[in-house]
Amino acid sequence: MSESLQDSAKLSPEKERSLFVQGLIDFWKQFRKNKPAIVGFLIVLFFILIAIFAKQIAPQGINDQNIAIRLQPPSAKHLLGTDDFGRDILSRIVFGAQLSLRVGFFAVIGSIIVGTFFGVIAGYFGKLIDTVISRFFDILLAFPSILLSIAIVTILGPSLNNALVAIAIVNVPVFGRLVRSRVLTVKEEEYIMAARSIGMGNTRIIMKHILPNSFAPIIVQGTLNIATAILDAAGLGFLGMGAQPPQPEWGTMLSESRQYITNAPWTVIFPGLAIILVVIGFNLMGDGLRDALDPRMKN
Amino acid sequence: MLSYSIKRLLMLVPVLLGMTIIVFSIIHAIPGNPAQTILGTKATPEAIHHLNASLGLDKPLYVQYFTYLKDVLTGNLGTSIQDNNAIASEIWPHLAATIELSFAAMLIAVIIGVNAGIISAWKKNSVVDYIAMIVALIGVSMPIFWLGLLEQWIFSVKLNWLPSIGQTDITSTVAPITNLYLVDTLLEGQFGQFWMVVRHLIMPAVALATIPMAIIARMTRSSMLEVLGSDYIRTAKAKGQRMGWIVYKYALKNAFIPILTVIGLQTGLMLGGAILTETIFGWPGIGLYVYNAIQARDYPVIQSGILIIAFMFIMVNFIVDLLYGLIDPRIKYR
Amino acid sequence: MSELLLDVANLKKYYPIKQGVFNKTKETVRAVDGVSFKVNKGETLGIVGESGCGKSTTGRMIMRLIEPTDGKVIFEGQDILNLSKHEMRKVRKDIQMIFQDPFASLNPRQTVGQIIEEPMIVHKMGDRKKRQARVQELLELVGLSAYHAKRYPHQFSGGQRQRIGIARALAVEPKLIIADEPVSALDVSVQSQVLNLLQDLQKKLNLTYIFIAHDLSVVRHISNRVGVMYLGKMVELADSETLYREPKHPYTQALLSAVPIPDPENKTKRIILSGDVPSPAHPPSGCPFHDRCPVAKAICSEEIPHLRELADGRLVSCHLVD
Repeated sequence: MSESLQDSAKLSPEKERSLFVQGLIDFWKQFRKNKPAIVGFLIVLFFILIAIFAKQIAPQGINDQNIAIRLQPPSAKHLLGTDDFGRDILSRIVFGAQLSLRVGFFAVIGSIIVGTFFGVIAGYFGKLIDTVISRFFDILLAFPSILLSIAIVTILGPSLNNALVAIAIVNVPVFGRLVRSRVLTVKEEEYIMAARSIGMGNTRIIMKHILPNSFAPIIVQGTLNIATAILDAAGLGFLGMGAQPPQPEWGTMLSESRQYITNAPWTVIFPGLAIILVVIGFNLMGDGLRDALDPRMKN
Repeated sequence: MLSYSIKRLLMLVPVLLGMTIIVFSIIHAIPGNPAQTILGTKATPEAIHHLNASLGLDKPLYVQYFTYLKDVLTGNLGTSIQDNNAIASEIWPHLAATIELSFAAMLIAVIIGVNAGIISAWKKNSVVDYIAMIVALIGVSMPIFWLGLLEQWIFSVKLNWLPSIGQTDITSTVAPITNLYLVDTLLEGQFGQFWMVVRHLIMPAVALATIPMAIIARMTRSSMLEVLGSDYIRTAKAKGQRMGWIVYKYALKNAFIPILTVIGLQTGLMLGGAILTETIFGWPGIGLYVYNAIQARDYPVIQSGILIIAFMFIMVNFIVDLLYGLIDPRIKYR
Repeated sequence: MSELLLDVANLKKYYPIKQGVFNKTKETVRAVDGVSFKVNKGETLGIVGESGCGKSTTGRMIMRLIEPTDGKVIFEGQDILNLSKHEMRKVRKDIQMIFQDPFASLNPRQTVGQIIEEPMIVHKMGDRKKRQARVQELLELVGLSAYHAKRYPHQFSGGQRQRIGIARALAVEPKLIIADEPVSALDVSVQSQVLNLLQDLQKKLNLTYIFIAHDLSVVRHISNRVGVMYLGKMVELADSETLYREPKHPYTQALLSAVPIPDPENKTKRIILSGDVPSPAHPPSGCPFHDRCPVAKAICSEEIPHLRELADGRLVSCHLVD
């Protein structure tokens, strides 16, 4: 057994390190080299912290109105100015971070769960059930995403939560297809054949063998989709189909203050900048994750 | 190729049917009494009864669906609740306006996006590349309605260069022939009016073009980088051909497939974005038509508007799919 | 004669090729076309053939990893092709498989311990403690060390990985092991180590093997009997000694002549086969081998030969042998 002797020299038992930890370290090394990704990560972290500590950070409450100081330009007292109700825009943007991140995260988590479920079933079982599910994905993808969201909100009634549900539904086929194609690839691996040969049931094969090997692309796509989910939620808010005033959702804020753009441009500029910044953050982070996790992109 | 085209055409059928089911259910999935929801809480029972009858809401669901399907297939898109006009008769001008806007936007997106991507790839890691990619990143992260508002503020309000709203001036003398105003003004020989229409078109088209332009630029750059690193490009370089010539002649041809895919996908984004853009710029397209219908709870118009947009999107993707085969002979069809 | 463990009768696998708009079946690929053989307890049956001859498909059909189109697989007296999914899972405990590619057949995200323990979890054997003790025992049994249980597959060499695959197969104490080209992906120097291990294990645990390989030299020492397959059919099946000493079927002769013999005195002429293996979608008429056969006669292209038993007990399917 010469080869096992060689091996023990190379890997002594004390130097054990689990693949997971090793994987995280490898990943971090890759990710750290990618400066834009780090910038994205910091931006996202920044907004997450703002959302968590909104109450402590915001100089004023969400709806503290004071008509006497309406539409004031940025000043030491109101760093980003006030809106037409005399509310502090900075405070509203800070609280708005909670809403946007909530929509982004939960919509994407929702579509990941549902999309993964259908994608796995379609990819693993194939045949008729695959055809049915794939056709259904095709149908959902046949609508421009914001249009389908609008259609769904029209049915459910306009509110931030319904916008969240709509965005989640619209993104289901994105993850469904992704997972399906991953499953199709992984399914052909010999270790899946091996799993079946030892008499393993489908559920266990899917949970233990297929899903863990399909995870990386889901994370990448999920991060990128948080960005579009936030944009879509803002768009719906702007059209009056998302968060309703006086909620400080950024898109809704834009729609409320668009008529004041001529004499109070700050009421429009700053909520828009907030959207751009957080979306850039998720986009950069998603690109960085793809470079670090997706083997096809690795050189 | 023919077999593939037929197969692809047959695959359209379930998608189109599914599309009609979803659009159909916009009215029927409304919780509670749809007629009540449409007419509002102050509606009289007679009015609700009347609306139920006219929309066929009192019949069994599958009967309603087949009636709806038959109507759609025969070109009957229902009646607007606001003004009692047949939707089919008033939808074309809106559709034309959206086509004009989307086409202009796609043109801007492709021309600028593809060229920016090529130059970025060619001058990889140069200042030009960095700037182009940062701009592209901001572009994909931009809420276009915000961009539209800023455009209006800067170019109309502050600088007074461009009109902020609408498709034409109030004093317009354009008589609709095709309803594509750019075409109509030319057909009528009204070149001054043509310029007026262009001036109206610029800002909404740029706003609508931003995201696709950014995506096309990024996509072009990455597929160009792949092609530029390949052996036959190195051979061409070794043979002493001019780099600019190589880039545009050889590489672009091969980078075209992924770019075409993006363009196909972006059409959907664009048709969706049209709702936001048209709302901001008062562009009388199908997006604004749907938006106004939503405000007025005019469900038949919402339905038909969404149906038309989705139909256009499906057809564009169908055509893009067929184009693949014409451009790249290597693509095999299952 | 020892006790019969497995009886495979007239096993077939046809794949339809679908084409066109309406998915009409244009033609059928006969991957396995009526294969029959018996396996006794404690013996090793070698199955040899070029790639694409259907030997792996046959192995997988015995485990119902691929559903046969037709035929019988009688294991310990019951036809397992009629079993329900649930009953089949019990049988899977008794039949295990070792795969060709030691890199692809182990899930990269599981530790070696998890990989070997998993069959026992699936078949609800023992509690966690007992299973882990068994994992250690199995690792030692296949020549690895107990501490390897915490490692991941990518930390091992090909030969070591194949040992892990063997340990996984042994975990549920199977009666029959189907080894699907278990050494063909390994370096020659490692091949013999793994082959020796398999032989040792057979003696120790009284195992029965079906050993699939694409080259006769590999199965020579490990097999009691050897079957040769060509284009989905069994063309010769005999005791290994008989077969290697005096191959009857022209195809077996050709295969055997290709095995290098380390003896300069040996002047056996190499038989070089002309042409490629025909597509199983369009098998030649008559004997499937006739278009490459160096001794083919007219009858060979007209009549399909059947597997016949000769005086010495071997089975051959050739018109020209008697």
